[in-house]
Amino acid sequence: MTEMVYGAVPERAGEPILPKWWRTVDKWSLSSVMILFAIGLLLGFAASVPLAERNGLNPFYYVHRQALFGGLAMVVMLVTSMMSPKLVRRLAVLGFLGAFVAVALLPLFGTDFGKGAMRWYSLGFGSVQPSEFLKPAFVVTAAWLMAASKEINGPPGRAWSLALCLAIVAMLVMQPDFGQACLVLFGWAVMYFVAGAPMVLLLAMAGLAILGGTVAYSNSEHFARRIDGFLNPEVDPRTQLGYATNAIQEGGLFGVGVGEGQVKWSLPDAHTDFIIAVAAEEYGLVLVLCIIALFAIVVLRSLVRLMRERDPFIRLAGTGLACVFGVQAMINMGVAVRLLPAKGMTLPFVSYGGSSLIAGGIAVGMLLAFTRARPQGQIEDILKGRGL
Amino acid sequence: MIRTPLRPLARILTARARGENPDAIERENIRRRHEEMQARDRARAEGRLVVLGLFFLAGFVTIGLRMAHLSMSEPEEPVAANRSHGITMQRADIVDRNGHVLATNLETFALYAQPPQMVDPIAAAKQLKNIFPDLEEERLIRDFTGKRKFVWIKKRISPEQKQAVHDIGDPGLLFGPREMRLYPNGRLAAHVLGGATFGKEGVNAAEVIGVAGVEKTFDGFLRDPANEGRPLQLSIDLSVQDAAERVLEGGMRIMNARGATAILMDVRTGEVLSLVSLPDFDPNDRPRPAVSGDPSDSPLFNRAVQGVYELGSTFKIFTAAQAVDLGLVNPDTPIDTRRPLIQSGHEIGEFRNKNYGPTLTLAKVIEKSSNVGTARVAQMIGVERQKQFLRDLGLFDPTGIELVEARSGRPLLPRQWHELEMMTISYGHGMSTTPMNLAAAYATIANGGHVVSPTILKQTEPQLGPRVMSERTAAAARAMLRQVVAGEDGTASFAEVPGYEVAGKTGTADKPNPKGGYYKDKVIATFASMFPASDPKYVLVVTLDEPSIHAAGRVRRSAGWTAAPVAAELIARVAPLLGLRPRVEPGQRAGITLTSN
Repeated sequence: MTEMVYGAVPERAGEPILPKWWRTVDKWSLSSVMILFAIGLLLGFAASVPLAERNGLNPFYYVHRQALFGGLAMVVMLVTSMMSPKLVRRLAVLGFLGAFVAVALLPLFGTDFGKGAMRWYSLGFGSVQPSEFLKPAFVVTAAWLMAASKEINGPPGRAWSLALCLAIVAMLVMQPDFGQACLVLFGWAVMYFVAGAPMVLLLAMAGLAILGGTVAYSNSEHFARRIDGFLNPEVDPRTQLGYATNAIQEGGLFGVGVGEGQVKWSLPDAHTDFIIAVAAEEYGLVLVLCIIALFAIVVLRSLVRLMRERDPFIRLAGTGLACVFGVQAMINMGVAVRLLPAKGMTLPFVSYGGSSLIAGGIAVGMLLAFTRARPQGQIEDILKGRGL
Repeated sequence: MIRTPLRPLARILTARARGENPDAIERENIRRRHEEMQARDRARAEGRLVVLGLFFLAGFVTIGLRMAHLSMSEPEEPVAANRSHGITMQRADIVDRNGHVLATNLETFALYAQPPQMVDPIAAAKQLKNIFPDLEEERLIRDFTGKRKFVWIKKRISPEQKQAVHDIGDPGLLFGPREMRLYPNGRLAAHVLGGATFGKEGVNAAEVIGVAGVEKTFDGFLRDPANEGRPLQLSIDLSVQDAAERVLEGGMRIMNARGATAILMDVRTGEVLSLVSLPDFDPNDRPRPAVSGDPSDSPLFNRAVQGVYELGSTFKIFTAAQAVDLGLVNPDTPIDTRRPLIQSGHEIGEFRNKNYGPTLTLAKVIEKSSNVGTARVAQMIGVERQKQFLRDLGLFDPTGIELVEARSGRPLLPRQWHELEMMTISYGHGMSTTPMNLAAAYATIANGGHVVSPTILKQTEPQLGPRVMSERTAAAARAMLRQVVAGEDGTASFAEVPGYEVAGKTGTADKPNPKGGYYKDKVIATFASMFPASDPKYVLVVTLDEPSIHAAGRVRRSAGWTAAPVAAELIARVAPLLGLRPRVEPGQRAGITLTSN
């Protein structure tokens, strides 16, 4: 009765870990992520077959790998989500140091796999993209620094986090990997925003962004061509974007049928950047709306739960993780429907990719750890008249 | 907001007095202030988190709506990359007045070689020689083994030849797609169509350009993509043209002529329904222009519009018509035809030195073709009026028909035009024009006095120009011309075609000798006619170059014996094709009684 009226009792002394975890974790977000991963596997059956055939492998080779890495990612996610925020923070900061060094050493020891960008470490059984791990670790570290600056006589954490952020962006731009750089920058900006950035500064930054865009448009031909291509309503049906748009249109409401899609044969990135087009063609609008809804549930529920959070570190870290996760999904899908200019970015948990899966598992695991129900001093708030 | 001091003096003093550590008070105040700050931060963060939440909600909803909108819209067919430029032919067709094709295009291939890629140049050259016997083997071997990187071998090859070359299997032998001009009717209307050849050539395509005839005149139109392949429609009637060519060819052979030309023209529109010039050629395989000899003997020479001839007595009707129009005479006026008529030391004589007696009526002058009588009439008209009238008839200028060759068909006029020239020109000597000029002038008489300009393009309505003689004059002239054919003394009695009322005038002029003077035994025989005489629809001009036929006991060269019967045969064949009904006069019935029971 009490639980029904006042919500779950957050913590009981001496309670075993698993029941406590199950009682306090955000089950909606958890199940959404699980379903997203399942959808990703399902789409992998469709989207990765052409790639496997091109590489002369067993048609479902990539599905098997995805399932293997996905299982690993799920385990990592669950384990991470069971940790206390303090433990998460410590591990994340350690991880951040490791990943930072790894990214910094990429130019020396990395491989580019002939794609023209130094992003990977080649291990015996596969490859690792350290920037995928750096992203969530940085978010947590930056949140810790920002929260520390809130303490009386605390360190100047905001400035330090900005310095770290710029260093990472510089390294990513040099790889080059503009997509990840933008995400890191975005994550930092969101946290700074929630941590209480002055309004004047925000407006000034918005103005600066517009000015910078204008200058880039008028000076950089490459940039201008991208924007013109985006603004042009006539999409050349022979480009990746054209194929993606065509696939969405072909799919209609219920899709052309499982395995009947054509776009996966024409798009080189069907299994990663344009997985949503494959989903739209084979399963139709229904599945696409499901995917969008699942991402929205994870992001919005996490944000709502974080609103109640008292601890500034948890609030900031959770916000940063949720927003980076959400914005990555939004950019990926926005490109496919031509709401945004072309930018290669994977759809978290759905797109194929070992590093991004495991890193995503870590990130969402940390997010779930941060959004777990905790005593937030509501009674005290009521007593002091601050309200909920 | 009032900041509570961290170390309120009153409380510290009290605590000190009690012997407690005052730092505890400070710590408590710090904790309280920190809590307040956190609460403030949290309130602000709540608001900003709501903003973030709304941003994401809006973003996801927008993407969802956009997805829905896209998936409800019709997919666009993905266009495969292809380098062809649509299905419009690069050169428009040419069709006759009924839409039958006179010129079109055919897909074919050019053969070229890239010697550096050839496997076995010698063997390839040998086999090419077998396929194309006109190639020189030594030259091919020289080209293939030399330093050349690119050699054209054949401009057009047939599908069989292409397959044979393909079977050689040498990777250095390559084919370039071509569109070639095809004239499916062969020699038919060759001089009208002219011909086409390749202009700029590339491996993937070649430009086709017109070199003569309408192909050259309308080259811009035919190649203009804006016409979207709309054909060029000529005034030529394919079946009439064919009949005219066959008859004229036969007539030319029978009359032993070097060449011949025939023009059939609609008298109201100036449309040329058939234009024949013999000898002719096949525009699919256009001969090279002659480099030596008389260019007018070349098959490429269009006698109808390029040939400038003295057309002889056919001019007499112009003199007679002008005199009637001026009111000087009428067809029944007696004309002095006594010989000799001496002018400026030259004697005006009659054909074969005939003598037509002291007087003839004007109609008889035309019917019998009296030079003296016509010269007398010309004396009544005078030099200036004669010049003006002939100029009005268009006999002083090229005809302006849309064939490039026509520009060179400029009439030759005497340098001086005095009494003597006036007299000789009145019966068609001393001035040369093209048969096309003559046809246009006869069309003026035929259509009731209006100038028409000849055209090779189909017209939909009459193109009557300014009037140069009255309706009555034209009718009188037609009646006189009819008598030339139908009258008992007419010079063109062989031109009669039962039912079609042919009217016309013969003209036999001595052929000028390039060395000066005239040949004694070479003539240009012309018969200019119109039919049916009561309401002429068409003008036909037939000209034979150097005809001669052994008939009625001696060699005959006059137009009445040569051009007139050919014209008659032509009219007999062509008139039904033109939809003219013969006017059959009821003949003498046999002595039987028709009964009906």
